[in-house]
Amino acid sequence: MSRPEETLPPDLFYSDAESRKYTTSSRILSIQSSMTHRALELLNLNTPSLILDVGCGSGLSGEILSSIPPSEGGPHIWIGMDISASMLDIALQRDVEGDLLLADIGQGVPLRPGSIDAAISISAIQWLCSADSSDVSPVGRLGRFFGGLYAALRRGGRAVCQFYPKNDEQRSMICNAAIKAGFGAGVLEDEPGTKNAKLYLVLTVSGGDVPKGDITGVVNGMEGVDIMDQRRGGKAGGRAADDRKGSKRWILKKKEPMERKGKVVKASSKYTGRKRRIAF
Amino acid sequence: MKILTTSFLTCAVKACKSSPLSFPLHYKDAELEQSDIAYNPRFLINILPRIDWDAVRVTATELGFTVPEEKPELPALDASSSTDTIEPADEKTLRELHTLLLETEVREGKLVCGNCGHEYKIKEGIANFLLPSHLGEFELFPFCFLH
Repeated sequence: MSRPEETLPPDLFYSDAESRKYTTSSRILSIQSSMTHRALELLNLNTPSLILDVGCGSGLSGEILSSIPPSEGGPHIWIGMDISASMLDIALQRDVEGDLLLADIGQGVPLRPGSIDAAISISAIQWLCSADSSDVSPVGRLGRFFGGLYAALRRGGRAVCQFYPKNDEQRSMICNAAIKAGFGAGVLEDEPGTKNAKLYLVLTVSGGDVPKGDITGVVNGMEGVDIMDQRRGGKAGGRAADDRKGSKRWILKKKEPMERKGKVVKASSKYTGRKRRIAF
Repeated sequence: MKILTTSFLTCAVKACKSSPLSFPLHYKDAELEQSDIAYNPRFLINILPRIDWDAVRVTATELGFTVPEEKPELPALDASSSTDTIEPADEKTLRELHTLLLETEVREGKLVCGNCGHEYKIKEGIANFLLPSHLGEFELFPFCFLH
């Protein structure tokens, strides 16, 4: 499938015709609704909450938020943000319950600190990775978005962002921007290795009543989820011992950038970093 | 645009974030509409501690409503209790809050920032928070002066 992000900026791409196509396609409808339900499951809300829908489009996921029955903690009140006026126009025609804002998420989130319980975003944040004019940078826009979102969420709040990264570089750019903003971040991948793979970035704000302050606490107890912890935290002790000043690994690490700079560096061999014995 | 949403919105310009004048945003030429939203006491009890009551009072006065000076006290509900346990006096407060915060909507008008004076237009209930690029990304500008 071609990537719409590469053709036009989102406010121009989702024109009247494209927005209508998006909202009436039954395939997109079913994918959107399954992703929204999955995101809600990850948010695990048990009281009616104020939710921010980032890139709400025509309000497809918002409708689901308003229709959650009281037994499952709903119905939620939501605020939607989107950059495409045509999409919001269709949302108006469909008479959605949430409040809509025409806003660019790359310019930040214009909400008071600590005001919302949770945030969801379905297939939106990959749009931040493509800069459409020379005075903006994707990293800057991602930083402003996650910074604004982090501030707007209450302590102990959560955000789930489903996104389609173009490659691993984009994926790590998005994750790093979220971590830099202060979130406890983790990625949940549904149907990995297939064409239908879906990535959910699960963000937590520490404090409040989160059982364990990161994604492993969120998905703990969910069915069919394997946890792959790739953080270096657990290995910190071992790494410090290896990288001790004066060790062979430390010397090689120091030599490598010097060599790259074109400095004269002694060749490395099996004798590098070895002690000179007095036995001679 | 619900009054509840207004009580959480600030000016989107980064320079205004630090100024106390940027919140709440002030309504100008507002046209009101009453909509119908399902009454949801649990939501109100959940959200009320986070609402800045002074800001709601400012907004409500601008729109021609009168609200009490003190934030109404509500009982804390835990997740297991049912809505039947709400006292009739609290019920009345909750209904009034519901009408004011959720059912009163602004259809047309403007929201004005008290610090920079930027006007956010509201059309058919949708507020336009798009900033012109010089306001939205101004942190890049210092680099321009170096050349």
